[in-house]
Amino acid sequence: MKIAVFVKQVPDSAAKLSVDNGAVNWGDAPLVINPWDEYAVEAALQLAEKHNGEVAAISMGGEDAKEALKHALAMGAGSAMLISDAALANADAAAAAKVFAAAVQKLGGVDLAIFGKQAIDSDTGLAPAMTARVLGWPALTMLAAIPALDAGAKTIKVERAIEEGRQVVEGKLPAVLSIVKDYAEPRYPSFMGIRKASKAEIPVWSLADLGISAPESKVRWTEISAPPAREVTSEMVTGANADEIAAKLADLIIAEGVL
Amino acid sequence: MAGTWVYVDHFKGAALPASYEAIAAAKTLGGPVTALVFGEGVEGLAQTAFHYGADEVLLAEDASLADYRAEAYASLLSKLAKEQQPDAMLFPTSTRGREIAAMAAIDLDSGVLPDVTEISKDGDSIAATHPIYAGKLLSKVTVSAKPALITLRGRAFGKPVADTSRSGNVTKVAAAVAEGDLQTKVVDYATVEGRVSLADAGVIVSGGRGVANNPALTPPAEITDEKEKEIWRAQQGFLMIGELAQAMGAAVGASRAAVDAGYIPYANQVGQTGKVVSPDLYIALGISGAIQHLAGMRTSKVIVAVNKDPDAPIFKMARFGVVGDLYEIVPALTKALKERLSK
Ligand SMILES: Cc1cc2nc3c(=O)[nH]c(=O)nc-3n(C[C@H](O)[C@H](O)[C@H](O)COP(=O)(O)OP(=O)(O)OC[C@H]3O[C@@H](n4cnc5c(N)ncnc54)[C@H](O)[C@@H]3O)c2cc1C
Repeated sequence: MKIAVFVKQVPDSAAKLSVDNGAVNWGDAPLVINPWDEYAVEAALQLAEKHNGEVAAISMGGEDAKEALKHALAMGAGSAMLISDAALANADAAAAAKVFAAAVQKLGGVDLAIFGKQAIDSDTGLAPAMTARVLGWPALTMLAAIPALDAGAKTIKVERAIEEGRQVVEGKLPAVLSIVKDYAEPRYPSFMGIRKASKAEIPVWSLADLGISAPESKVRWTEISAPPAREVTSEMVTGANADEIAAKLADLIIAEGVL
Repeated sequence: MAGTWVYVDHFKGAALPASYEAIAAAKTLGGPVTALVFGEGVEGLAQTAFHYGADEVLLAEDASLADYRAEAYASLLSKLAKEQQPDAMLFPTSTRGREIAAMAAIDLDSGVLPDVTEISKDGDSIAATHPIYAGKLLSKVTVSAKPALITLRGRAFGKPVADTSRSGNVTKVAAAVAEGDLQTKVVDYATVEGRVSLADAGVIVSGGRGVANNPALTPPAEITDEKEKEIWRAQQGFLMIGELAQAMGAAVGASRAAVDAGYIPYANQVGQTGKVVSPDLYIALGISGAIQHLAGMRTSKVIVAVNKDPDAPIFKMARFGVVGDLYEIVPALTKALKERLSK
């Protein structure tokens, strides 16, 4: 079974962000693999281990995105490739999905294309369903568990985490999946894995290598700004004992008109 | 001109409140508003859509639409949009709304503005605000193609008012894909323990790692493992928090530290890698206020924090703060609120 897992390099979740000349600045915060993608890599590895499969990690981005791929390799992915092309600088989610679909086609014979739930920088969460649609494959998104998969019969049964609980769905392979946190804790890279990853030569694919021209982006970003500072006048509530504090606090909350 | 379409998202016939918020938001764009209701036995939703301001409803009822399936729903939406060419389509940001919008964008060669908190007419197109980096930044976005596909964050657009005297024209439409051509099948549903609808909650009470910190609580003798004892203590604490929540009709949230330690399910996690929420009232109990937690609740209208540590960063966000032990404050606050709210 052949599995492609998509990962993205993003600023650390603890980064303090600002806007400089219209561009996002994350100061000296490190870039890391998108936290949601670690669950995707974990799912890919578990499925490969169970079904004698191979895992290829794919990222789209600049040279620094190789670090996210190295993280996936260190966790245990068998191979990695970077899609990099100047023409993708302002790609929207739909354009990216067309590129991801082309990468899946180029790999060939892929049974599962796996994504994290969303990227913590652009926060769109659109890539899995869009990529599935471009490929014409079913999108089985927000998976908390994969109770059954038959690689021979090419069928899969999944549990989706939806707002109302879990939806159990059966589908056919090939399919696009997205994975949520309930699936399993991502493993830490092993020492051997880190050594292997640090030596890995990661091939870079351009759009020409994928055999496509730059897909047109329909979404335009006109401005990025910091949100207005939260104007709070903080008031510390004190009193002789818990009951007195609670009574004051209850009155204050009710006076705000939010109950 | 076909105006603005709104996808009425529902689960087994119960609409998400954000669906009606979307209808109200569509009204602000001017032009006619058409609501789309897909499912089986969901005609009642069409009437409610009129009450909230829809001028027309496209209703598709079919056995193949009884269970939500992305392919079936998106294909129908795309087919209708190709025929009737709306200017924009609005969806509530839900797992379903996001995914059908994504698929329809591919079918219609357009783009999606996801999880936006503001929309406005900008000449012939629509400008929207999309919080990125978990709301640490805001990006202004627009789509250069039609229809613009936009998913609206729940509770960001205000509560719509129902006018039960309104009604309108329901047009029935057929499903777009035959059952045999669909690649997926819904076989079951399972409810999850501790399921919460944080996104729709007007009031949220959240607990953090501090909830485990009550040495006075003595676990039953059969629990000998230290970690198990800690989880047991925290769960007692969350029961106590549950009573406070109940007194206010609130949902219970948690920090990631509380979730990772096994005190409470992941569905309750608020923050950058949990749910981003924006209630009218957010009460943080034993939560320090790490940047990833703040990202998930900073837009709450009124924030209240109870923490033992006067230097906890959460106090900088809080309208009201109490430096103290949550195990003393919470029961007293539950009592005080019950007394006042029952009047
Ligand atoms: C990639 C990434 C993503 C993350 N995503 C999230 C996320 O989505 N949501 C999230 O919450 N965190 C997230 N975090 C974790 C975050 O950095 C913090 O570790 C976490 O929020 C801390 O939770 P806490 O405030 O409950 O615990 P702590 O920071 O340990 O704080 C506990 C607080 O309880 C107080 N306390 C203790 N006992 C009592 C008592 N009896 N009464 C009153 N107060 C008491 C203490 O003074 C302290 O302030 C993420 C981290 C990373 C790296």
